[in-house]
Amino acid sequence: MTRLTIGPFTVGWALASVFAASWALAQSDPRHSGYQDMGPDLRRMQDDDTANPAMLFVQAGQALWQEKAGTANKACADCHQDAAKSMKGVAARYPAIPAGTDKGAGQPVDLEGRINLCRTERQQAPALEPESPDLLGLTAYVALQSRGQPIAPADDPRLVPFRTKGAGLYKSRQGQLNLSCSNCHDDNAGKKLAGATIPQGHPTGYPIYRLEWQTLGSLKRRLRNCLVGMRAETWDWDDPQYVALELYLMDRARGMTLDAPAVRP
Amino acid sequence: MQRRAFIAGFAVTVLPIAAAATPETMAAAIKQVTGDAAVRPGRVTLDIPPLVENGNTVPLTVSVESPMTEADFIKAIHVFNEKNPQPHVFDARLSPRNGKAVVGTRIKLADAQKVVAIAETSKGEFFSASADVIVTIAACIEDIT
Amino acid sequence: MANVLVNAPKTARKGETVEIKALIMHPMETGFRAGTNGRIIPRNIIEHFTATWNGSEIFRMDFSPAIAANPFVSFFTIAGESGTITLRWTGDEGFVAEHQVAITVT
Repeated sequence: MTRLTIGPFTVGWALASVFAASWALAQSDPRHSGYQDMGPDLRRMQDDDTANPAMLFVQAGQALWQEKAGTANKACADCHQDAAKSMKGVAARYPAIPAGTDKGAGQPVDLEGRINLCRTERQQAPALEPESPDLLGLTAYVALQSRGQPIAPADDPRLVPFRTKGAGLYKSRQGQLNLSCSNCHDDNAGKKLAGATIPQGHPTGYPIYRLEWQTLGSLKRRLRNCLVGMRAETWDWDDPQYVALELYLMDRARGMTLDAPAVRP
Repeated sequence: MQRRAFIAGFAVTVLPIAAAATPETMAAAIKQVTGDAAVRPGRVTLDIPPLVENGNTVPLTVSVESPMTEADFIKAIHVFNEKNPQPHVFDARLSPRNGKAVVGTRIKLADAQKVVAIAETSKGEFFSASADVIVTIAACIEDIT
Repeated sequence: MANVLVNAPKTARKGETVEIKALIMHPMETGFRAGTNGRIIPRNIIEHFTATWNGSEIFRMDFSPAIAANPFVSFFTIAGESGTITLRWTGDEGFVAEHQVAITVT
């Protein structure tokens, strides 16, 4: 069994930096993360690295980072060495158009997609399945390295048409209930829906340990839940619309503090 | 920080398909532990949020005042619920070696209901505390049902 | 090998009361949920958790299906001699997981 190196991620640091950053931002910024919509018990669950269930996945991801895989027999660590250094800031600026990959050149990918590109092209291993424990573990481990950082989407002009498409998706009505994301998360954020507070919908904490799932999950999974909630057809797992929407959401959350891996109800 | 839940008028519920426990089932389960002994209120603190955002994972801590010496210690903490499919939550065994009779965990609650904690002392006495918890669910989930 | 996260102090003064927290990855399937085919998903839970200090039991807990997935437990113990704290989980489907932490008591 590997022992998670808590090291720099002590309880005090995590609690102080996330809370202080969101408090400071709250003074002038009307935006707030879903963290602040939760009660004190769940916030405490997220803040304690030794009690946050998401950290079980981070621990698994940390082990996978060191594990050689594929016909290239390479581990993530062989190229990227210490994730705390090499992955710092990565989750805060994704989705992005990856440099130096062959498949789907010019298309933006989310963090899971980028990990799978490394997996297939560099490690020569089969891609990890969506929402599989391995993919979630690696995503959580990489995202953790950006915890406390401000969300800073890449200023790549090639991303603009995809981001614009995402903005269009966010604002267009769909499904049997004929609702757009904006109807709930802009117009009615803070109000109650079925006893739950409607969050503003900023993806600051992904991948999240969602209590509803009783496990860790990606933003894609959460967006699919929204589509089901709106009684709309869910998009296939590899549909580029998810990435377009995430591009818009990360831009909308620009400057907010990343608090991955988060706990959410 | 002590927290006692307040009784409220309504709750959103998610009931499993199997039959649910009832206050009677919970009482019977408690009686199996306490027998005919008196169960007195006091000494036990049940720390549980009064309003739960998701019944799948509810943080809960039971603390019992006790000197925790060989002469007088808490030897068990039993927690029960009244509306889940079965009435037990957990049974913890303690000894003076624990120093403090405090146990924390996370539980599942299927519905708004009462949660009861019973502490058993080495002298054969029983003390209890209860909390009423409202359980809500998330609005956008995976299943249409 | 189960995925376990334990928080126990590495050092303690003799007689000091210390807190031990443990998380383990486990679905804790209650046996009361129906799958998408309408059939009940079989129960698969952790039933027992024990903690020993240099072999002597310091805490024991029986879980029911009402314990949440990826179960978390926290309890206290008085620091004895230096040595090893062993945590052990057992449950349905022959599940066994054990984790040891070393502690130095001065």
